[in-house]
Amino acid sequence: AEEEEEVEEDEGWHRLYPGHIPTSPLQKALLAAGSAVMALWDPYRHDMVAVLGETTGCLALPNLRDKMKHHPEGYRILQERPRIRLSTLDMSRLRGLPDGSLGREYVRFLEDNKVSPDTRMPPKFVDDEELAYVIQRYREVHDLMHTLLGMPTNMLGEVVVKWFEAVQTGLPMCVLGAAFGPVRLSTRKLQVLATELVPWAIRSGLNASCVLNVYYEQRWEQPVESLREEIGIFPPP
Amino acid sequence: VYQVFESVAKKYDVMNDSMTLGIHRVWKDILIHKMNPSPGTLLLDVAGGTGDIAFRFMNYVRSVRQRQLQRKLKHLQDLSWQEIFESYQKDKFNSLGDSQVIVCDINREMLKVGKQKAQHLGYSEGLSWVLGNAEELPFDDDKFDVYTIAFGIRNVTRIDLALQEAYRVLKPGGRFLCLEFSHVSNPVLSRLYDLYSFQVIPVLGEVIAGDWKSYQYLVESIRQFPPQEELKAMIEDAGFFKVDYENLNFGIVAIHSGFKL
Repeated sequence: AEEEEEVEEDEGWHRLYPGHIPTSPLQKALLAAGSAVMALWDPYRHDMVAVLGETTGCLALPNLRDKMKHHPEGYRILQERPRIRLSTLDMSRLRGLPDGSLGREYVRFLEDNKVSPDTRMPPKFVDDEELAYVIQRYREVHDLMHTLLGMPTNMLGEVVVKWFEAVQTGLPMCVLGAAFGPVRLSTRKLQVLATELVPWAIRSGLNASCVLNVYYEQRWEQPVESLREEIGIFPPP
Repeated sequence: VYQVFESVAKKYDVMNDSMTLGIHRVWKDILIHKMNPSPGTLLLDVAGGTGDIAFRFMNYVRSVRQRQLQRKLKHLQDLSWQEIFESYQKDKFNSLGDSQVIVCDINREMLKVGKQKAQHLGYSEGLSWVLGNAEELPFDDDKFDVYTIAFGIRNVTRIDLALQEAYRVLKPGGRFLCLEFSHVSNPVLSRLYDLYSFQVIPVLGEVIAGDWKSYQYLVESIRQFPPQEELKAMIEDAGFFKVDYENLNFGIVAIHSGFKL
């Protein structure tokens, strides 16, 4: 592939991490607007959702990073920078864990929904190396959110998870996704969403401690229910 | 450069429309009008990828041919029905008047997209697609009536070689036409143009094609390209006569023209 292009000299910036593309405030604004429109127009453009998150996260991300810094487990995560990838996960070991454990249920979720943790976009437009990790962590933990909330990867499930994440992280991208996601749902589903799922997701989100402060990789054996209780997520309806 | 166009091929047309707000279509129309091809012209369109120039050429030639046929038919008012019928038959299957285009591009992906477009739009006869390098064309000497290169020459590593090849494959009397981004001398417009290029275009690339870097490259390559007078001198060096250029949109784009005598 083409080597990374040199950044324009007059910007005076340099790349802070591999894949970093420094952008001016104007470019960020244009990207935020463009990616929002494109994400709505073509729901398969997951890269646009990612870009939206990065360009609008300038307030929420430092907030999240601070929450992590002030929590012992979160602090360790920031130090050790674990990544959730197929190459780092021992899938056969996780599959062998007892039913109901985090590891077993996570693998079950991945297989049932035919998803992989490796499809998460690496950050490009975040101008701070540590914050880039925070957003990366948020993306990689997303599938675990599905597992903890017991939600599948269909449109309905994704919206519910987005509501939870919006309350938890305050990321504008989550808020927008939570607000506009339901647009494509049938009325029957909207009803279930509005009356049962969203209130539960919001209550859980508010009650729970910061989900980024959980070192999931060290808790594969822990039963999902016990972890839910520990974090403060109410049992799914 | 090759990989830039590989990833860019499928979204090329969409990106062109977005970046130039559709104005690139006008520029290409102007190029063909300047060319003013008559039926029977053999055109080589280099770096012609997705076929924009080729299709316009065919449309132009077809409409010129139509008018020719109509004028001819008018003169046949006093002939018998049989004679009219025969002459109509003969000309009917020659709607292009033997005009031909060969689209040559170094990138297979671009050619593929071009072929699909041609099929989709209904262009079939008189059109060929050839894989080739502008610096070393797979054609004999003195072959073509017109050589065009639209928004392609800035991607050639050795522009002088491409120009020499253009000279070689053109017939004596043949015309060289180059449509390319050039330099804006007006300082106010230049600042606005730079702002748009560097701030907006890569964003469009990311949003529409998911590819910031290729469009950043595109914008930078435009800045590196020789300005109008310099390109004119290079064309003259290759042996062309009556070399001239026409600025479009204050120099954002320029059409250079030269003749092999």
